[in-house]
Amino acid sequence: MNLSRRHFLVLLPAAALAWEHVLAGTPEAAPNYGLTEHWWGMLVDIEKCIGCGSCVRACQKENNVPDGYYRTWIERYRIKEVNGVETLEVDSPDGGKNGFPSSDEPFLKQFFVPKMCNHCADSPCTQVCPVGATFVTPDGVVLVDEKYCLGCRYCIQACPYGCRFLHPEKNVAQKCTLCYHRITQGLTTACVENCPTGSRQLADLKNPKDPIHEFLRTHSVQVLKPHLATQAKLYYNGLDGAVR
Amino acid sequence: MYPNEVELQWSVLIVLYPFLTGLVAGAFILASLERVFRVEAVKPTYRLALLTALAFLLVAPLPLQLHLGHPERSFEMYLTPHRSSAMAMFGFVYLWYLMAVLVLEIWLDYRRDIVVLSQTTTGPRRLVYRMLTLGSSNISPNALAIDNRVGWIVTIVGIPSAFLLHGYVGFIFGSIKANPWWSTPLMPVVFLFSAMVSGIAAVLLLYMLLNRLRHKPIDMGCVDAVAKYLFYAFIIDFSLEMLDLIHRIYEADESFRSLDFMVHSRLFLSQIVIQILLGTVAPIALLAFTQVFKAPDIWRKRIYALAGCLTMIGIFAMRWNVVIGGQLFSKSFLGYTTYKMGFVAKEGLLPAIVLAVLPLFILWVLVKLLPPWPEEEARPAARAAAS
Repeated sequence: MNLSRRHFLVLLPAAALAWEHVLAGTPEAAPNYGLTEHWWGMLVDIEKCIGCGSCVRACQKENNVPDGYYRTWIERYRIKEVNGVETLEVDSPDGGKNGFPSSDEPFLKQFFVPKMCNHCADSPCTQVCPVGATFVTPDGVVLVDEKYCLGCRYCIQACPYGCRFLHPEKNVAQKCTLCYHRITQGLTTACVENCPTGSRQLADLKNPKDPIHEFLRTHSVQVLKPHLATQAKLYYNGLDGAVR
Repeated sequence: MYPNEVELQWSVLIVLYPFLTGLVAGAFILASLERVFRVEAVKPTYRLALLTALAFLLVAPLPLQLHLGHPERSFEMYLTPHRSSAMAMFGFVYLWYLMAVLVLEIWLDYRRDIVVLSQTTTGPRRLVYRMLTLGSSNISPNALAIDNRVGWIVTIVGIPSAFLLHGYVGFIFGSIKANPWWSTPLMPVVFLFSAMVSGIAAVLLLYMLLNRLRHKPIDMGCVDAVAKYLFYAFIIDFSLEMLDLIHRIYEADESFRSLDFMVHSRLFLSQIVIQILLGTVAPIALLAFTQVFKAPDIWRKRIYALAGCLTMIGIFAMRWNVVIGGQLFSKSFLGYTTYKMGFVAKEGLLPAIVLAVLPLFILWVLVKLLPPWPEEEARPAARAAAS
C-alpha cells in the first residue's frame, strides 16, 4: 500500500479517534473473571434488617454518591392504629442513612425495607435509553455509561422503583452498579459487606453452589411489583404486601 | 415517596415540547384539508397553516436540547440510536417530517412565487430568493402542474407523518409502564386529537390577528369552516379524554386512590378548573353556540377569538397536567412532591417563555419572506405577466 506522508498526516487524527473508541469499549482488566459465568442478583431478608443505615453509608462512601441522592436506601414501615383503623406510615429520613429516630408512639407493626436497583433482566430503563447508554451486562448487572449518557432522564421516569437519579454535577443518570468494580474482582458489594445482620446477600444465580438456590427453594421469596414483569433480581424474604 | 423522586426530572420545557409539536401536527392537518380533501372554504389559511407548522417545528427540539444534561451528545441519537427506545426515533421522525414533508411541501407550493420574487426583488432579498429557487427557474405551466402533483403526493404522505409525529410524542409517555398516570394506549390518540385542536385554534387565531394587523377583512366563510373543524376535533378529543377518565374511575386499580387524591388537591386548579372547565367545556360551549345560533359576524369573530384563546390555554394545561402531574405522585403510591419552577434558570419560566414566543418571531420572518396572502400571491404573478 502506497501511503504518502501527506495522507498519513491526514489519517492520523482519524486513527487516534478510532483508537479512543476501541479503548472506550474495552472492559476494565479483571483477571480470572468470566463475564458469562455469572448472573448477579441480591437477596434481602427483611426480618433481619434493623434499619441501622450502614449499607446506605457504605454505598455513599464506596461510590461517592452525592448528598441527597441514593443508590440504596431504607424505608421504615409502621402500621399504627388511628381511630380504630390500621394506618400505614412510611418514612425514610435522609434515605435511612443515619438510622431512624425512635418514637414513643405506639404501633402495631414495624419493619425496615432496604431498596436499591433491582437489576431487572427485562429492565424498562434499558429499553427506553435513546442511545443505549444504559445496558445489561452479560453477567446481569444494569449499568450506565457515563461517557455516553445524554442526561435526558427518560430512564429515571421508566424505572418503576425510583432507583435512578441525575447526578447533579456530572449531569448523567446514576444508580446502583452492584459495586461492579468490586464483584468483578471477587469481592462482594459495599452494602453487603457492611450489613451487620447479614440482611443483604449478593447472589450469583448461575453458580450452583451459591446458597441463594437453597434459600429460594425453602423460603417464600418475592420481588417488588411483579405485575410489571421486569424480571427483577432483587429478592425479598418476608416482604409485606404493603411494600411497593 | 422514594427519596430519589422528590426532585422532578421533567420540567416546564418538557411541557412545552408536546405543546409545540402538537401545534405543528394540528396546523399541518388543517392545511391538508384544503389540499387533499378540497375544502375550499379554508383555503385562505392554507399557506399560513404551513408556515405556522414550520415555525413551530423549527423550535420544537430546542426545549429538549436545553433540558438535556449533555446537549453536546444529542447527535448520538442519530449516530447510534437505540432501536427499542421510543425517544431515539424522535430524531428520525422529526427529520422526516421537517425535510421530507413540511419543507418540501412549502417549497413546492411557493416555488412559482419564489422564482417570480427572485426576478422582481433587488438587493439581499433577491439573493435570498435566488438561493431558495435551488437553481430552478422553470415556471412553465407544465412545471407548475408537476409541482402541484408532487405537492399533493407530499401532502398525502404528510398526513400520516403528522399523525406519527404527534402520536409518537404521546407514545413516549403512554409506553412508560412504571407510571400509571401516563401508561395508557389512549395516550397517543388523545395527544393526536388535542394536537389537532391546538393547531387548528392557533391557525384560527393567527389568521384573525394577522388580518386585523394588516387591516384586511376576515373571510367569515373561512373562519366559520375552521371553527367548525375545531368544534368537531374538540368533541372527539374531549370524548377520548373523558373515556380515559371514566375508565380509570371505573377500573380503580391500585394507583387510583393516589391519583384521585392528586387530581383533587395538587392538580385541581390546573386540571379541573383550567384544563377541563375553562380550556375544554367553555370553548366547546362557545363553538356549539355558533353552530346552533346564527350570530352576527362581529360576535362570531369575538366568540372564535375567545374560544381559540381558551383552547390554547386548555391544551397547554393538558400538557402540563400530563408531564408535571405524572411526576407529582410517588410510584410507591405513598406520598407526593411539588414542582418548584425557577424563573431565570436553565429550565425555568423565562427560557420557556422565550421558546414559546420564538416561533411567532420565526413566523413573522417567514410571512415577510413568503407572504401567505392570496393578494400577495396574485401581485408578483401579475407583475410577471406584465413583464
